Amino acid sequence: MELTTMQLVGVFIVSALAGMSSILDEFEFHQPILSCALMGLVLGDLKTGIILGGTLELIVLGWMNIGAAVAPDAALAGTISAILVLAGHQSIGTGIAIAIPIAAAGQVLTIFIRTITVFFQHKADDFAQKGSCVGIDACHLIALSLQALRVAIPSLLVAMYAGTAIVQSMLDAIPPVITGGLQAAGGFIVVVGYAMVINMMDVSYLMPFFFLGFVVAAFTTFNLVAFGVIGLVLAIIYIQLSPKYNKPTVVQAAPSSAKDDDLDDELDD
Amino acid sequence: MKKLTKADFFWTFVRSNFLQASWNMERMQALGYCFGMIPTIKRLYEGEERKKALKRHLEFYNTHPYMTAPIIGVVTAMEEQRANGAPIDDGAINGVKVGMMGPLAGVGDPIFWGTLRPICASLGASFALGGSVFGPILFFVLFNFVRLMVRWYGIKYGYTKGTNIISDVAGNVLQKITEGASILGLFVMGALVNKWTTVNIPVVISQFQRQDGTVVVTTVQTVLNQLMPGLVPLLLTLLCIKLMKKKVSPLTIIFGLFGVGIIGYWLGILAK
Repeated sequence: MELTTMQLVGVFIVSALAGMSSILDEFEFHQPILSCALMGLVLGDLKTGIILGGTLELIVLGWMNIGAAVAPDAALAGTISAILVLAGHQSIGTGIAIAIPIAAAGQVLTIFIRTITVFFQHKADDFAQKGSCVGIDACHLIALSLQALRVAIPSLLVAMYAGTAIVQSMLDAIPPVITGGLQAAGGFIVVVGYAMVINMMDVSYLMPFFFLGFVVAAFTTFNLVAFGVIGLVLAIIYIQLSPKYNKPTVVQAAPSSAKDDDLDDELDD
Repeated sequence: MKKLTKADFFWTFVRSNFLQASWNMERMQALGYCFGMIPTIKRLYEGEERKKALKRHLEFYNTHPYMTAPIIGVVTAMEEQRANGAPIDDGAINGVKVGMMGPLAGVGDPIFWGTLRPICASLGASFALGGSVFGPILFFVLFNFVRLMVRWYGIKYGYTKGTNIISDVAGNVLQKITEGASILGLFVMGALVNKWTTVNIPVVISQFQRQDGTVVVTTVQTVLNQLMPGLVPLLLTLLCIKLMKKKVSPLTIIFGLFGVGIIGYWLGILAK
């Protein structure tokens, strides 16, 4: 499908938004559930965009930047996968299979930009020396625009060639055993994200709650709202009952020792 | 008497949404923090003092982006007192920033990345998988509503409580919230591992024909499902956690699982 100029502009805006969100981590436009839906809006197939976004979201929902560690890049994965599915007419399965290597490439790109930005950090020092607030603002926002372009330029390039014969033949050249295998793996690749969340929380003494959630889900048809409510209730009860937060103010050792004495007396008799 | 205006707070709030724009490998959120302090610095300082203030807030800084709200609140309160002649030196201000950013990052990561975002995202995705536009909207509204509330009231709270907030950070209120969020997060993760994974091992164990002519096929997967639905994904999750504890990167694990998928599919052990 040949894209119109307006559509290419739309692709650029949506992917720039995703790129900015991926570094800011505020409005979350880089989450595939939003970026793919917006791509669907731009490329004229909202429904497929939303379904692809939901599917990809399950894979990436545990990907997070912690401290200095940079996660695989959900932004580029979402936009390019959506373009290939919506404009290149690939299946959602293929879109997911392609998203993962792209997330790896995106991670390398964002680390590259995060290193370049050191330059703007030093430039900001110079502006502070001069007392220029405007200069500092500019350094900060130029760095943000680099992150926007990091996603927008590759996405735009893919969008320009997505419908062409070259890209089609490249995608067709992938043997079916690879795409089939990738789709089979797509069913359980999501556990890596869940494992990332559990690993980050790093509270092994609370793991019983994880297993409880698993077993309840295995044998009921509760939806996620039900799980949210049950989980919240469990959390509140746990905090209320936890001895950690209920330090007794009165020492209760005396009566119990008296009881022991009685018992000893009785035994002595 | 120098005083911050309502507009200053509003712009601090707006700017704090851009904290990580220039996140870099050297000083991380330092420039972003200074960007958020600029309305305060402009209001309180002129000339040489302004230069010093700008430099003061370009020091290394990194925390959970949303938890920066109370820190920025406390620091604006300190800067205001300092501009009015209180004896607060650079060390005290930097000490508060450094002292709060560590513990608050430890609180923000499990609450926002571990619980709020996965829950909002999975809730949204459950609608999105059916093609409903309600899914993305739900995710966007729910997540950002909570996030903006935390940012707005976080700044206000930090500003009104000032340095007294440090006793709150050390106290067990935050610990309770973190622990509660972890319980909720882990419970929902358990449900997701079960509900939103598919493993299909179509290896046939037995096959026989009933008298009415229907063929009953028993595969490894049917046996596993009778035992405990979702057992394989559960074991895979635990394996992933073990590998991550050994510092294997998530992407390596993902590519490893892709390899398993392709080989398994080729051998006929795994199906779509």
